[in-house]
Amino acid sequence: MQLIVGVDGSDFGLRALEESIERAQELGGDVTVALYSDGQQSLDEIESLVSQELSAFDVDVTVIRLEEEPGSQLVDIAEQDGYDRIVLPGGRRSPLGKINLSNTIEFVLLNSQTTVTLVR
Amino acid sequence: MTLRYPDEPLDDLPTPPVTFTDGDGRSIHIEQATEEDIEALVEMYLEFDSEDRAQGIPPSGEGPIRKWLDIVTEDKSLNVIAWDGDEAVGHAMLVEDDDESYELAIFVIQSHQNGGIGTELLRTVLGEGQSQGITRVWLSVERWNKPAIAVYEKLGFERMDDTSFEIQMTVRLGHD
Repeated sequence: MQLIVGVDGSDFGLRALEESIERAQELGGDVTVALYSDGQQSLDEIESLVSQELSAFDVDVTVIRLEEEPGSQLVDIAEQDGYDRIVLPGGRRSPLGKINLSNTIEFVLLNSQTTVTLVR
Repeated sequence: MTLRYPDEPLDDLPTPPVTFTDGDGRSIHIEQATEEDIEALVEMYLEFDSEDRAQGIPPSGEGPIRKWLDIVTEDKSLNVIAWDGDEAVGHAMLVEDDDESYELAIFVIQSHQNGGIGTELLRTVLGEGQSQGITRVWLSVERWNKPAIAVYEKLGFERMDDTSFEIQMTVRLGHD
């Protein structure tokens, strides 16, 4: 099972990362972590959150940074490199708890030929 | 959230308590919520029809409902309830964002919809917010929820971002 997991700086993003690693460890397979920003945190901030999270796991993952148009990059990479699944954060919660989907998530949901999982 | 706001504030908004007769002839009383009202809100949301949920709220089940009410009733928030006798039938809330603007949400139970309670509740929560010095209010609404969008626009909310599944709308209550 080859997974590519998109991680923004949201809580759901870190849950998506955790779940992808656990799933890959269970089933065998590799995880590629694609960092992207939804405008609320910088890529550097997100990268440091992710490396903190990764230090809790004994696992080798590839980390890449998606600077521009992360949605279309995710879709392209997943197709070209033959990933089985794209895993994404299930949105971001507003102050009063409403779930909002970023443009990146919406783009991937609508344009991906690869199966997509949203994690909450 | 970085959003644009209209230039001019709303005026002529009521503050609670407000009593009015809804479209079905029921006498509805709107008051600011206190801690003692939490149980009535839990009751209201336990009865809430799941097809009226919006973007994951209210959550279903008593535990998640209580946890969510804890978040929206924290210190700096403002909560207003519409009562039919001793039954809570509507709830509007303003919850502070990290840049001194406030997010708005409103729910009216199905048995009491379409009688003007939502509009009156919205006007009252905005009026109370205005009297407490809140200047900027925003909300998000699902793009396909045309009836809700119409109510918000009639009140003076303006669409600021509709590039996603959700539309962001804003209103100004005072000058910064």
